[in-house]
Amino acid sequence: MNYNVDEKGYYGDFGGAFIPEMLYPNVTELKENYLKISSEPEFKKEFDDLLKSYVGRPTPLYFAKRLSEKYKTKIYLKREDLCHTGAHKVNNTIGQILLAKRLGKNRIIAETGAGQHGVATATVCALMGIECIVYMGEHDIKRQAPNVARMKMLGAEVRSAQSGSKTLKDATNEAIRDWINNPVNTHYIIGSVVGPHPYPDMVARFQSIISQEIKWQLQELEGRDYPDHLIACVGGGSNAAGLYYHYLNDKRVNIIAVEAAGKGVNSGKSAATSALGKEGVIHGSKTLLMQTPDGQITEPYSISAGLDYPGVGPMHAHLYRSKRAEFFSIADQEAMDWGLTLSQMEGIIPAIETAHAFAILDTRKFGLDEVIVFNCSGRGDKDLDTYINYFKL
Amino acid sequence: MNRIDQKFKENKKLLSIYFSAGYPNLNDTIPILNSLQASGVDMVEIGLPFSDPLADGPTIQKSSTKALQNGMTTETLFNQLENIRGHINIPLVLMGYFNPIMQYGIEKFCKRCQATGIDGLIIPDLPVDVYHKEYKDLFVQYNLYNMFLITPQTPDSRIHYIDEVSNGFIYMVSSSSVTGAKSTIGDIQMDYFNRISEMNLKTPTIVGFGISNKETYNASIIHSKGVIIGSAFIKFLEEKGVQKIDDFIKSIRS
Repeated sequence: MNYNVDEKGYYGDFGGAFIPEMLYPNVTELKENYLKISSEPEFKKEFDDLLKSYVGRPTPLYFAKRLSEKYKTKIYLKREDLCHTGAHKVNNTIGQILLAKRLGKNRIIAETGAGQHGVATATVCALMGIECIVYMGEHDIKRQAPNVARMKMLGAEVRSAQSGSKTLKDATNEAIRDWINNPVNTHYIIGSVVGPHPYPDMVARFQSIISQEIKWQLQELEGRDYPDHLIACVGGGSNAAGLYYHYLNDKRVNIIAVEAAGKGVNSGKSAATSALGKEGVIHGSKTLLMQTPDGQITEPYSISAGLDYPGVGPMHAHLYRSKRAEFFSIADQEAMDWGLTLSQMEGIIPAIETAHAFAILDTRKFGLDEVIVFNCSGRGDKDLDTYINYFKL
Repeated sequence: MNRIDQKFKENKKLLSIYFSAGYPNLNDTIPILNSLQASGVDMVEIGLPFSDPLADGPTIQKSSTKALQNGMTTETLFNQLENIRGHINIPLVLMGYFNPIMQYGIEKFCKRCQATGIDGLIIPDLPVDVYHKEYKDLFVQYNLYNMFLITPQTPDSRIHYIDEVSNGFIYMVSSSSVTGAKSTIGDIQMDYFNRISEMNLKTPTIVGFGISNKETYNASIIHSKGVIIGSAFIKFLEEKGVQKIDDFIKSIRS
């Protein structure tokens, strides 16, 4: 079985481009150019140079000694939290801004939930001197004030999405509407492996630098270029896609995805899409998504704003259905506790999204001396308020 | 013969009205249809509300949200329309996003449309190529037309493809925008309508998006068979109510 995208833009049953005709020219232009442009030597050089000198890559693959001792296994952390802007998101925005420039676009739009992708987009737009508009749900603007301020400092305009539930899915709708209204000069930088083909594949490829580095780093550290397990949190799934990418078809490697259970999978306040979702169409992609029996998309919940997306990227829907990956869901409380555990055992304060992945160590047994690589996808600075309120720090 | 074809054979320009089922009130569907037919409207698009209508502007987003809050569902709409063909003779088109139709079951949906007397569908986020490959046979089996949109950016080759796959009419989106954008029909639109008209497509075209009054109606029908008005009608319903529908239609075409 193939776990990459096929030539029609599908991952098994999932993916495709379910878009209104108004978006057809924009999406077709991207589809016809993204592989061609991103494989040009000059593009690759500029991308690699920026990842090195601006983002700070390669990020370390860090052996977590104390955690490894406690769980009697070999735990490595891929330190995406050390990327400029504090998370893996910037790998993708660098790639897409270079692509947008070569397509002659002079206006960038993006959606953001917690604000990490918005900040990463505003950052690369400042870097390139390109106009940037970020759509953000009205509720999220109130909840994530520091990131709104960062985007503004970086010169972006933050537009409030007032429709529907006023969160990430509505911000995405607004960005799509903006793109319909501005089909010629604008590029839409989607932040996750979601949306119509070619977005899921394009974003996964830009994020695949993560697993590309792990291959040579593990070779140096372990004398073999593959781990036994790869573990990442999944909202839309971009950090996970980057972590898995070069190992998707390597059956020696077990893939583990961790979703947010929120207050519990069956509590009605959850974002565990694999458990609760049904096949459907959201934001131009056929995938698993949380919805009512009547096909209305429902609002997910997680304490971590980066995981409360009602769908999951089509690659992940395929990994789930084909049983290539193990899916788990972790509740708010376990994730928060692990935010504290990782801080105090390894001196790393993770984003709450990232903390969900680590909580798997208490849920699933691992073999003695198995090599496990976690994607430490983001740092916890943005979540300090939530940590402070939760732990009364 | 499908009612849409029959209507398009008439020697006149057509006025078609869109509204969101379940708005302003859950049970307004039938009164609105009755008033529209009585006012001489030629065809109606009944909108199936969706939580995430990404091709729609603020007006239809709002009417959809309200309709869902009022309790509108696919099943409820079909129940409301059950005996519609006893008194409504004009063509009826259901317009809705793909996900609710998928969840209802596509074949079950088509079957129910046929039983109700629905003549066709407009599903903005079901692309023509996916429809052609996966669903066309089903639609034909239940004698349902499926209509597609084109925009000023649609390449000629694709317009010809859409023409080939289409029946009923082609929905010509007046400018690159979501529904309800405040627009005028200027030289750019007229050139585009004219360009399409000169392509001599087998399928007739009607203009939608941005048609809000007599002026834009008159400009749009020069190079097309008719127009669809949606957002402007919904705004009218919000301000004046269902009882005054005749005033709105007269203000467009008297």
